[in-house]
Amino acid sequence: MSSTFDTVANIIAETCDIPRDTIKPESHAINDLGIDSLDFLDIAFAIDKAFGIKLPLEQWTQEVNDGKATTEQYFVLDNLCARIDGLVAAKGG
Amino acid sequence: MRLEYFQLIDRIDALDLEARTLKAHAQVPPTSTIFEGHFPGHPLMPGVLLIESMAQASGWLIIGLTKFERMPFLAAVKEAKLRTFVSPGQTLMLTASIVHEGSGFAVTKAAIEVDGKAVADSEITFRVMAFPDPKFRAGMEQVAAAINFPATIRG
Repeated sequence: MSSTFDTVANIIAETCDIPRDTIKPESHAINDLGIDSLDFLDIAFAIDKAFGIKLPLEQWTQEVNDGKATTEQYFVLDNLCARIDGLVAAKGG
Repeated sequence: MRLEYFQLIDRIDALDLEARTLKAHAQVPPTSTIFEGHFPGHPLMPGVLLIESMAQASGWLIIGLTKFERMPFLAAVKEAKLRTFVSPGQTLMLTASIVHEGSGFAVTKAAIEVDGKAVADSEITFRVMAFPDPKFRAGMEQVAAAINFPATIRG
């Protein structure tokens, strides 16, 4: 069974045509991988489907805009994967 | 269909919030200056307008599901297929269904039939946001009333 990171990295590679081997756990989706907001919608769609969750993108964006969180907390892939695991666990998966 | 106002849906025939589907129809006008250019001597409904009509059908479905609290904005059109020509005067039968409701976005599938024949289909992604201002929402409510959007959902 593949890890959350592998699944997310494969989704990003496929969705954004980014070489898989350049996608690392420490990569920042926006700053390092250059993923824009429209591509991130596709990624979120694929992640939602793959894990049976709903990434709270609006809440995250609001928190970043309000200065209550940094983009690193949500968009560095290690952190993103930890949040995905948390959402999966919360739904009893 | 009022091409000059970019209103590409004439009437919503069914909006099922439980099944998350919408049916609508629209008659392509018999005449329009658009057909003078598209194409001279061979008038055809432009494919981009067929895609827009599917986007509008999908959009009204999303507005229904959000109880008129949120506005969908077209973000991506995927796998759009324009299977046959549509001529002035023909009536489009549109269907839209939800593929996914994400946080701040939604993905639909929409299709058009004319006389029972598949004409076009696509998967469409929308950003779904709060109405930027009450005037915008009021304007959309006016259009909604004109196309038989259920009054119970308009609030």
